[in-house]
Formats: sequence, structure tokens, C-alpha cells
Amino acid sequence: MQATNILILIIGLGAFAFFLGRGRSIALAAPLGGIRKLHSLPSYYGLHAALWCALPSLFLLGMWMMFDDPLINSIVVKSVASEIAPTNSASYNLLLNKISNLADGILPRKGENAALVAAADHMISLRVVSRWSLTALLLTLSSLGLLWGWSRISASFRARPVVEKVMQNILLACACLAIFTTVGIVLSVLFESIQFFRSVPIFDFVFGLEWSPQMAIREDQVGSSGSFGAVPLFVGTLLVSAVAMVVAVPIGLMSAIYLAEYASKSVRAYAKPALEILAGIPTVVYGFFAALTVAPFLRDLGASFGLSVSSESALAAGGVMGVMIIPFISSLADDVITAVPQSMRDGSLAMGATQSETVRRVIIPAALPGIVGGIMLAISRAIGETMIVVMAAGMAAKLTANPLESVTTVTVQIVTLLTGDQEFDSPKTLAAFALGLMLFTVTLLLNIFALHIVKKYREQYD
Amino acid sequence: MTQAITAEKKKPAKKTTAKAVNSLDVSDHKATVGKNFADNAKMTMRNVNVFYDDKQAIHDVSVDIAKNEVIAMIGPSGCGKSTFLRSLNRMNDTVDICRVEGQICMDGEDLYSPKLDVVELRARVGMVFQKPNPFPKSIYENVAYGPKIHGLADSRVDLDEIVENSLRKAGLWEEVKERLHQAGTGLSGGQQQRLCIARAIAVSPEVILMDEPCSALDPIATAKIEELIEELSQNFTIAIVTHSMQQAARVSHRTAYFHLGRLIEVNPTEQVFTMPEHQLTEAYITGRFG
Amino acid sequence: MTEALNNLGKIKKSLSRRNRAERRFRWYGRMAVFIGLAAVMVLFTDIISKGQGAFRITYIELEVTYEQDRIGIQSLTDPEQLATGNWEALYKAALRNEFTEVSGRRDKRKLYGLISSGAGFDLKDRLLANPLLLGATENVWILADDDIDTYYKSWLDGEPYAARMSTKQLQWIDELHAQGKIRLQFNKNLFTRGDSREPEQAGIRGAVMGSLLTLLLTLLLSFPIGVSAAIYLEEFAPRNRWTDFIEVNINNLAAVPSIIFGLLGLAIFINFFHIPRSVPIVGGLVLTLMTLPTIIITSRAAIKSVPPSIREAALGMGASKYQVVLHHVLPLSLPGMLTGAIIGMAQALGESAPLLMIGMVAFIVDIPAGFSDPATVLPVQIFLWADSPERAFIEKTSAAIMVLLSFLIVMNTVAVWLRKRLERRW
Repeated sequence: MQATNILILIIGLGAFAFFLGRGRSIALAAPLGGIRKLHSLPSYYGLHAALWCALPSLFLLGMWMMFDDPLINSIVVKSVASEIAPTNSASYNLLLNKISNLADGILPRKGENAALVAAADHMISLRVVSRWSLTALLLTLSSLGLLWGWSRISASFRARPVVEKVMQNILLACACLAIFTTVGIVLSVLFESIQFFRSVPIFDFVFGLEWSPQMAIREDQVGSSGSFGAVPLFVGTLLVSAVAMVVAVPIGLMSAIYLAEYASKSVRAYAKPALEILAGIPTVVYGFFAALTVAPFLRDLGASFGLSVSSESALAAGGVMGVMIIPFISSLADDVITAVPQSMRDGSLAMGATQSETVRRVIIPAALPGIVGGIMLAISRAIGETMIVVMAAGMAAKLTANPLESVTTVTVQIVTLLTGDQEFDSPKTLAAFALGLMLFTVTLLLNIFALHIVKKYREQYD
Repeated sequence: MTQAITAEKKKPAKKTTAKAVNSLDVSDHKATVGKNFADNAKMTMRNVNVFYDDKQAIHDVSVDIAKNEVIAMIGPSGCGKSTFLRSLNRMNDTVDICRVEGQICMDGEDLYSPKLDVVELRARVGMVFQKPNPFPKSIYENVAYGPKIHGLADSRVDLDEIVENSLRKAGLWEEVKERLHQAGTGLSGGQQQRLCIARAIAVSPEVILMDEPCSALDPIATAKIEELIEELSQNFTIAIVTHSMQQAARVSHRTAYFHLGRLIEVNPTEQVFTMPEHQLTEAYITGRFG
Repeated sequence: MTEALNNLGKIKKSLSRRNRAERRFRWYGRMAVFIGLAAVMVLFTDIISKGQGAFRITYIELEVTYEQDRIGIQSLTDPEQLATGNWEALYKAALRNEFTEVSGRRDKRKLYGLISSGAGFDLKDRLLANPLLLGATENVWILADDDIDTYYKSWLDGEPYAARMSTKQLQWIDELHAQGKIRLQFNKNLFTRGDSREPEQAGIRGAVMGSLLTLLLTLLLSFPIGVSAAIYLEEFAPRNRWTDFIEVNINNLAAVPSIIFGLLGLAIFINFFHIPRSVPIVGGLVLTLMTLPTIIITSRAAIKSVPPSIREAALGMGASKYQVVLHHVLPLSLPGMLTGAIIGMAQALGESAPLLMIGMVAFIVDIPAGFSDPATVLPVQIFLWADSPERAFIEKTSAAIMVLLSFLIVMNTVAVWLRKRLERRW
């Protein structure tokens, strides 16, 4: 936790700088006739000094934390005795793991290779050097910053605009984090996917009909040829999502219509939040419910009709997912339905239309763009839903459109491929990122399109 | 124009005497002055009270609307004229807290009787609103809406004919016949309002209620609508709420003056605007308040 | 007016059909609402009926003698001896004393199977807490094995489930029951222990602590960042394409599947920055990125609800834009922001998919004490238990779900209360 201590130290110094700067500005102002003679309020001078003191140090700390580990690692590995020197990237990682585990004391030193122990000691000493040099550097930097900020204080110095400019940039950086996140997602899935497509052609991946990602860990192992045709996963995902939509769209839409157009105020006041409970339940709970209650129930029900229903059927997973999505659709639909102006209803009712005629012929058509947008968002959510399918849908990649059978989905495969200790650059783990890329692209397109429609719709009635 | 109506036996119109009212206070005002009852009544309202929750919006209004007349309802804003109009085709039903008491009859049939179907009523009593509210559909679909839901057209040709006739009656046909299948919301405000009128008359109602139909329109569009109202009055009974006294004077045969939820005076329009019977009416038309 | 008359006839004729359609439509709506509400009911009843049993667990009373040589230790202070001591021998001997007629290795193994395999350590703790017991004999209620627990509970309910039990074991339990030496007690292990392979020993404390640490980090990071971003976008951002781009990004991120955030965490935090797997730091970072959009969106709504007249009044007094924000906008919109933060935290608390990606799915017995200790979180613990084959884990899973749901209910209630209490109507 040494980094935390350094962080606290910097913040402490910043606070110190604040009081120092404020004190100086007040002292400077006193002979001039009080703080009214200052350009800015004293606390702005304090803030100015504090920013100079803490910001560069924080930046340096961040950079250091990012790059010291890789640097130390490469120095250590380069200097190890030749008999344990790594030959390829896999053994490089293995060696590094071992050394750092030794250095952290996770592995016992007793009986280890002397060269390894030496490397571990080297690593420890380098880390100590790194920490101390960092601390010394940071202290110097903070003091210099403090001194600079302090020296600039004068009655005519315009501290407020400077401080506000810095603050605004910090706020901007926070807002831009959303962009960085998106870029991070794109880069991380894209980078690994490109690596994957080097070993598996993209065409085979997108159009291949067979999915069995069993790759050999060693080259000489039998059955080392996995096949990465993702079509069965796409079909499985679509099947489960379709079942979910069949459940969620009519129920969600009808309940939204009922609550918005028919229900009395008091019914609406209770039924709406009660329905929204469904949206607050964690997906893992739905997964448990689907796997342990719904799936056996459907299997037994099917058996009583002479149907064979898999105990991990797409029907169970999709159905429960549909229940989860009901409040999502109903609240989005409720929003767009209540946004339809009352004058539309009046116009139709005054023509002698019944309420249901008004709903079906005027309100739904008027709200249609919004409803379609909502349904698309719901589809995107169904496609990306993970826990329910991981727990209640199967693992076997089957190319089927029968919801009574078990299917597997993109998200299930991502989870299966990436949980457990896999080597990171095997095609098997990389395939998960390629699937992630597909998932991200599809949901992104759906979302952008849907959000665009919904936004346009809102503007129409605003 | 042969309406098979069972004309209600009319009670002789109650003689009301003009009572001198010196203040604008109406709380002691009991009876409406003027000729609020008609011999050939299409609709009869007796002792109508309308409440929003506990608040009373309409106090004890009794008035007749005669066949094929245009009756204008005027009064300062908030006087309840719109509320009263909306209770004539039970549009107030859509407001949960609204309650109507008293008797409202059309052709002798109680509009608030539980046996009456509100759908049928509203097909017979059409309504045009303050702001033009065409549906977000094509012009054709807007006009065809009523005939479609009520099943009035037996064929596509029938429907086309109804749409054309209604648009013609509303004076809109020439302007839109080339673009019947474009969105009704793309028309100008005045055209939209005439489209709404066309939509209302497409089901051939007996009465048309108009709730300040020109308040959102410019003077030229207003003039067109007023012209249209005059034409329509040959075939339809029209009740129009307006806050423009000039409009009432131009289009209506009789004028009813509402004040704070009470019906103060009903008289032939000319009389109301030249020699009103009641002081409040006079105060209003001479611009002392409103 | 023949036309009107003609129409009236047609309308009258259509009325009954249309009114039927109206009633049907209304009924569909009612059914839809009913199905939704029924789903809530079924879900809760199912979880509660499955999980209520987990709060009590079966104990068996045995007469234990703490014989020093049976344990095989010389002193109670030497940690090495304590670690290697044969503590199971204590309850095994007690069992043999209780059922003297049992002989043969297989039967004896069945007999020992009545007791939880971790019970020896409980006896050790008991002895260490009271060293005077060494050499003495006492009656102790000892934790039963999970199969026994499952059977005993189902037997008490009148539908015995004896799939994994032998007839001898059933007989022994009958005997114990007749003597009043088997009973259900409050299951305190559930709340005080970490995960275990043995259902009767497993508890949610580790997962709850893991969730707490992860959420704390998430809150510390996402609230200030989210509020800052919201302030920037609402108060300072110029209307240009860059701002639009940020907005599009935020709205999209709110709808990106959570598992994608897991991939991001795996690729960036673990593979690039080499932060170890399974620790609350990574979990907190991933959940921060995931909840940020929610917090930004709700905070913006809260800021928007502050009427412009207040800003204008302050600006008119000569306050700078920052002073307006700091002195007026922020305090007035804080309740809304807090509500958003709580909702975001509730969302993060229930999230599990991205945490599977970053290794928080490991089997971890120790209760985490810091941000860099390996940990799991409550929903992932539920996932792990739901996957376990032992029947006794079903009720444990349901109980963990009940705990998770109660946390969520409390959080949401607080959010609603906060909104009602502090929200100002303008």
C-alpha cells in the first residue's frame, strides 16, 4: 500500500500549500487595505498554490505506477543467469511469474534454483530503489511547485481565472473518460481479435458452421485443431433473444399501455414500481431461477406432453430473460406513450373511437418510432445478457432453431473461454475477444440506431 | 334535412325578468336572463353542474341548443365555457376528477344515462379543438379515420367518396387533392384546423362542438374557418366557444354569456351585442373586463 | 339528414362488436400487468421457500473428551503442533462412544460422515478458547454434515430426501432424534465464514466483504468523476461536435453489455497494467467504468432540474460561473445526484458478468481485508454456489440471494426516500 501513502502525502502537501498560499495573499493584502485590494479571493491564491504543488506530482505518480513494473521486469529478466533465460514469450511470462512470486514471498524460497532466488532479490532491490527514487522525486517536484505557486502571489495576480481554467480542464477530462472507455473497449477487443484472425481466417470465423474451440496446449497433443465457426453461437444467441422478445414485447407493451391509458392513478402508483422491481433484480438471481426452477418445470411439463425438453433449453433461459426485460420495455414504452400529446387522444375520442381504437390506431402509430427504439435497446440487452444464459443455457454449440433444445450463446462462450487459467495468447482465449468484438459491434450499432430514433421521437413532441 | 327526432314537449319558456345587478358579484345570481330555451331544441341542458373534485366549475346551467343554429359561448377566461362544451359530448369523462350533474339531453335522450354508449354519442356530436390536432397520419387517413372505425364505408370507393365530400365541405379539397397521402401534420395551421373539421364531419354528426377553433390561427385562416362555419350551419347544429366577441358576432345566431361558471344571459346575437339584458354582459362586451 | 340516420344505424350495429374488442383489449392489458406482477411474486416466493432453510442448520450433540494423546499434541501454545493435531479424532471417538455397536471400516466411515468434516477445527477453537477443557469431557453440539442436514430438514418437513444416505445413517439419525441429540440451530457460519467446499461450513462473509470493498472503491471513483463530468456537460460544455460526441459515448456506454466491460478490464488492467487477478481494485475499476454512465446521466438530470433563474440571480450578483456551480447548482442538485449514485451502486452490487472475466470467480476461503486481497463478490458467490453439485448449496444459494436482495431493497428504499425527502419542487 505504499502508493496510497505517497498519494496521501501529496494530498497533504497540497492542503499545506493551500493554507500557505491563502495566508500569504491575506498578509500581502493587509498593508494595501484588506483583501478587497486583491484581484481574487484569498482561497483562489491558496488553490493556485495547491494545484501547482499537487498536480504535477500526481501526474508523475500516475506515469510511474504505469511504467515502473514493466521496466523492472524487463531489467530483471535481461539480467538473469543464462541457464534460466527465457526462449520465447510463453516461457518469458512463466519465468516472470515465478520471479515475482518469489519476490512477493508467495512461493517459498527453500529449494528453489539459486539463479531464480538471485533474480527475485534483484527484483526486490530494484523495487525498493524505484519506490525511494519516486518518493524523492515527488517531494522535490511538489516543493518546487509549491515554491512557484507561492512566489507568484501578488495583489494584482489574477488567480481566479487560472484556477478556474485548470478546474474546467479537470472537469473536461472527467467527461472525456467516457470516450477513453469506448476507445479502450475498441482497442482491447480489436487488438486481440486481430491477433486471433491471424491464426483463424475471419471468413471461417464469421461463416463457419462448427464451433469446438478445443485447442491443444502443447503442439504435440492429439486433436489440436479447434474449429472456430461462430454461426452456431450467433444462431443460439438469436434464438434465446427471440424467445425473450416473444415474452417481453407483448407483456411489456400491453402493461405499459394498460398502466398509461386505463389504470387509475392509484393502481398505476403501485403497479408501476412493483413491475420495476423486476428490473432491479440481479441477473445472477434470474440465472439461478431459470436453471433451478423454470428449466426443470419446463422439462417436466414437456415430458407430460411427450415432448423432450432439454434441461438447459433455450426456452427456459429466453423465457426468464424475457421476464427480466419486461420492465425495461414497459418503462420505455410508457415514456413514449405518455409523450404522445393528450390532444391526439381527445381528437380520436371525440370522433367516437373507443379507447382501444384510440390506442391501436392513433397512439401506437404515433409512438411507434419510440417503441421500436425501445425494443431495439431491449434486443441489444438480450444479446449481451450473460449470467442467465451462462447458468441456464448449455455449452454445446448446436445449429438449431428449436427452443426446446439446448443452445449456447456468444456471451456463454466468452465466459467459458476466459474463466479459468488459460494462457493468454492461445487462439482459445483470443477467440473470446473476437466474439467480444462481434458482440460489441452489433450492440453498438443497435444502440446508436435506437438512441437516434428515440431522440428524434422526443424532439418531435418537445 | 329530415331528422327523425322525437321532439320533446317543450315546457313554456320561463319568464325571466332582468334583475338589476350593480356589482360584478355573481354569487347571488340565480337565473339566466334572456331566451335560453328554444322551441325546436336539438339539445337541452337542465340544471347542469360540473365539478372538478370539490371545486365547482359550472353552476346550475340550463339552456337549449336549437336545431341548425350556431350558438356562441363567450365569457372571460376561466368562466367554464370550455368545460361546459366538453360535457356535451362527454369528453369530460376522460378527466378522472370531473363529475357532471344535472340533465343533458339530445333529441330527448339523456346523454348521461348508463344505457347510452359514449362511442355512439361522440359519433353524433363531433368536436373540433382549440389547437389543430391532426393525427400523425396522411391527410386521407385523417379524414378516413372516423368512417373506418365506425364502419361507415362499405368499400374503398365509398371511403374515397366520403373523404372527398368531407374535404370539399371543409373547403380543403382543392388545396390538398394532389397530396392526399402526405402527412396531415405538414399542413399549415389553418389547413390543419380545416382538416380537423373535415375529419369531424366525415362521420356526419348532428352537432359539432367547436372549442375556440381559431385561437391558434392567423386572421386569414380565421376568416376562412368562420366562412366555413357559416356554410356548415346549413347542415349541422354548431356550438362554438370563443373568446373573440367579434367572432361570436360574425358567426352565431345566438350568444350565451358565461361568467364564473354561471350562465348569465342567452339572447339572439344581435341583441347581446347591441342591448344586452344583463349588466355583466354589458360590462364584458364593452370591455370592462375579460 | 338521411345520411346521418343511415350512419347512425351502421354505428349502432357495430357497437357490440367494438365494445367486445374494447373489453378484450382491456383484459389483455390487465393480464400483462398481472403476469408481470405474478413473475415478481413467483420469483420471490421461490427464492424464499428455497432459501429459508439455510438460516438454520443441523447440529448433533456428542459427548467429547479432549484427550491430549488422541489429538497428538504436547502443548496448546505451539502453533505447529496445533496445525498438525488430529482434531477429527475427537468427534470420531465421541461418535464411536455414542454408537458402540458400529464396527467395520465402511460402517465407521459412514458414521463419521454424520459430522461435518470441518468440525475438528471447531473443537480446536473451542479448546483454545478454554484450555482448561483439555482432558475433560463435555457435551457439545457439533455441526452435522450437509447431507445429514439436508435429510434432517426434509424429514422434519415430512418429505424425507435420502438420496445420498445409507439405511444405517437413517437409522442413526432416528436414534439421535429419539434422544433429542439432533436439532436445528441458527446458522451463524453463514454470516461469519468465507467460502468452503463443504456446504455446512460455507458462509457469505468473504463475499460480502469483497462486495463492500469493491463497491467502496467504485463509489469513491465514480461519484466524483461522474458528478464532474455531469457538471462539465451541463454547465460549461460548448455546444459543438466534441460535446455531442461525448454525449453519444455516454449514452452508448450505458447500453453496452456489461460483459464487454469485463473484457476491457481483462485486456487493460490485468494484461496491460499487470494488476493481479481476483482483487477488488480491478473489480472496482471495471465497475466504475460501468456505472459512470448511469451516474452521469442521473446527475445531469438533477442539474437540469435546478431552474435557470437561480443561476441568473447568482451571475447577476457578480459570481463567477464556478461560484454559481459550487454555491448554488451543486447543493441544490445533490439529492438527485446521491439518488443516482445509490442506483448506480445497486446496479454495481448486482453485477457479476464482468467480474467473471477478471478472475473474481476464484474459490477464495479467506475473508479479504484490503483492496489488494483476493476476493469474490456476493453475486459471483451466488453463481459459484449455484454451480455446485451438492444439494445443500441450493438453499445456501437462495439464502445468499435473499441477503443480496435485502441489500438492494435497502439501497433502493434509501434512494426513493432520499428523493422524496430532499427533492425540491420548483
